[in-house]
Amino acid sequence: MSQGYQNAEPLLKLEGLAKSFKVGTGFLGSRKRFLKAVDGVDLAVLTGEVLGLVGESGCGKSTLGRLALRLLRPSAGRVFFEGADITDLGRRQLQALRRQMQIVFQDPMTSLNPRLTVGSLLGEPFAIHGKYGRAETGRQVAALLEEVGLRPEHARRYPHQFSGGQRQRIGIARALALRPSLVVADEPVSALDVSIQAQVLNLLMELKERFSLTYLFVAHDLSVVLHLSDRVAVMYLGKIVELAPAAAYTGQGQHPYTQALLAAAPVADPKRRFRPPAIEGDVASPLAPPPGCRFHPRCPERQDICGQQEPPLREVEPGRLCACHFR
Amino acid sequence: MAHPLLRIDDLVTAFPREAAEPGGPPLVAAVDGLDLTVGAGQVVGLVGESGCGKSLTALSVLGLVPPPGKVARGSIAFNGEELLTAPAARLRQLRGAEISMIFQEPMTSLNPVFTVGRQVAEAVQAHLAVSAREAWARAEEMLAKVGIPEPARRARAYPHELSGGLRQRVMIAMALALTPRLVMADEPTTALDVTIQAQILGLMRRLQEESGAAFLLISHNLAVVAQMAERVAVMYTGRLVEEAEVGQLFAEPLHPYARGLLACLPARAEKRGQRLPTIPGTVPAPDALPPGCAFSDRCPQRFPRCQEAEPALVEVAPGRKVRCFLHHDRARTRQGLAA
Repeated sequence: MSQGYQNAEPLLKLEGLAKSFKVGTGFLGSRKRFLKAVDGVDLAVLTGEVLGLVGESGCGKSTLGRLALRLLRPSAGRVFFEGADITDLGRRQLQALRRQMQIVFQDPMTSLNPRLTVGSLLGEPFAIHGKYGRAETGRQVAALLEEVGLRPEHARRYPHQFSGGQRQRIGIARALALRPSLVVADEPVSALDVSIQAQVLNLLMELKERFSLTYLFVAHDLSVVLHLSDRVAVMYLGKIVELAPAAAYTGQGQHPYTQALLAAAPVADPKRRFRPPAIEGDVASPLAPPPGCRFHPRCPERQDICGQQEPPLREVEPGRLCACHFR
Repeated sequence: MAHPLLRIDDLVTAFPREAAEPGGPPLVAAVDGLDLTVGAGQVVGLVGESGCGKSLTALSVLGLVPPPGKVARGSIAFNGEELLTAPAARLRQLRGAEISMIFQEPMTSLNPVFTVGRQVAEAVQAHLAVSAREAWARAEEMLAKVGIPEPARRARAYPHELSGGLRQRVMIAMALALTPRLVMADEPTTALDVTIQAQILGLMRRLQEESGAAFLLISHNLAVVAQMAERVAVMYTGRLVEEAEVGQLFAEPLHPYARGLLACLPARAEKRGQRLPTIPGTVPAPDALPPGCAFSDRCPQRFPRCQEAEPALVEVAPGRKVRCFLHHDRARTRQGLAA
């Protein structure tokens, strides 16, 4: 799945990326608070790879995906695409860039306009970018539908006439219409049933090969992310705590949070009896993240230093980064 | 003769057809001829994909099928007592006290305008002749038992002030407050993050062992069921297609649908990045099932007979039932050899 990306240039590079959202503005703006969804992320996505981004709700993984596509403006840090700084691009320049970077959303029912036929939905990208005339757009839409395993006559139907899996195929077709090089897939299979999930994962892998795509694959399900990705980054409260080749996680995670995530995921094998939860408590609020290492209040290995100093993300083995004082 | 705790026989729960064709059947069965038994203290997993009828099965037991749906046929016996013909007052007595339910999303099943302590206390007072003070004490005790930190303070919190994991603990406290003999948990951890899910599963397992209550665990997540259940029943289009002891099912699923469901899990793939085995097509709508076996249009092993008649759920080995002609023949051969 990953022939020769090792020497590749990063297609996407994030430097010190941060995003705060203003929330809870009290009456007359008296109580402005900031939610740091993403807080200082450095990450490179190499051409041709699948980079998995995993973490629990509120860890900032979806925000990071949207920052990478400049669907959101970062509060700090830079975004580079193909070596060019796209952090401060204006609307028009971004629109041109969007041919090359696309997103697949979790729930196609809410991301596809219910009033448009699938033909119009898939023709829209061509119209926006002024690519083809009407007849050619029709041909392109038919070809797109076949590429994602649907039939050309489906172009006349509306989104609600499709099953969840078929709708996700439409969402994927729309993302691929303009032949992007980077696709951010944000929980693309979480809303789907198990048997449909496998069909869509296979489709995503096939399309990646066929169109030489690079994926930033955002999901909460570790087994899905590990299956599909070349490298996997684990996020916790706005920070990347571990980044390693996917195969490295099959042994064990390095960071205590990764270890807890791996231990917490139930296994579809009754012979491998589930151990009691490795970590207690809830994720802290991103409105008031704990000082030092953000995971320390839940960490079974915490020491005094963990509440005082934030551990940097550094190389602990060749190709493996981890943010923990004790690795 | 001892009765099983819960015995469902030939249950059909149906909804009126949206646009009934003249002369066509007026009802569509969402649960169709279901047989299921839960013994006292047993943990039985009920698995299947969306729309297979697993939640509706639990609602049928509680007499809470959303109208215009209704139970059209069959029998549901709790400890030998028929529930389908029981008067509403008797059902109210049983619900909460003897049979309780944990729903997927505690945010929508808890009342947002009352404190969680009051809601647990109310459940207690609905069934026991206790004072408000005693009910409150019982509520605090239950909140402590389900691992809520500072239970006395949290009892005064409103649902929105608690995290998803704590809210689900409140639901469990409410479900177990009256030491029911049967708890039906419908996707109890599906809305939770994985580390919180692990905590809740651990809690449910501990409370199940301590209380000795039977659990009917409804889930689409095969891994959750593998870890929690003793026996597993697999549903497809309102029917039970396979039932087995958990180890047997996961080691050697017999029904092609159960095999397909297990094979397509990424965690069970032989190699990272390999193409996953899939079940072709999608689940048909309940009013558009293929003729014969309901799985025949998607089955990789179908043969002509599968589209002519619907196979029955047959016990092919002790404690193991399958609704598939492939295994019926094997079972018959085995019986023939024995005879």
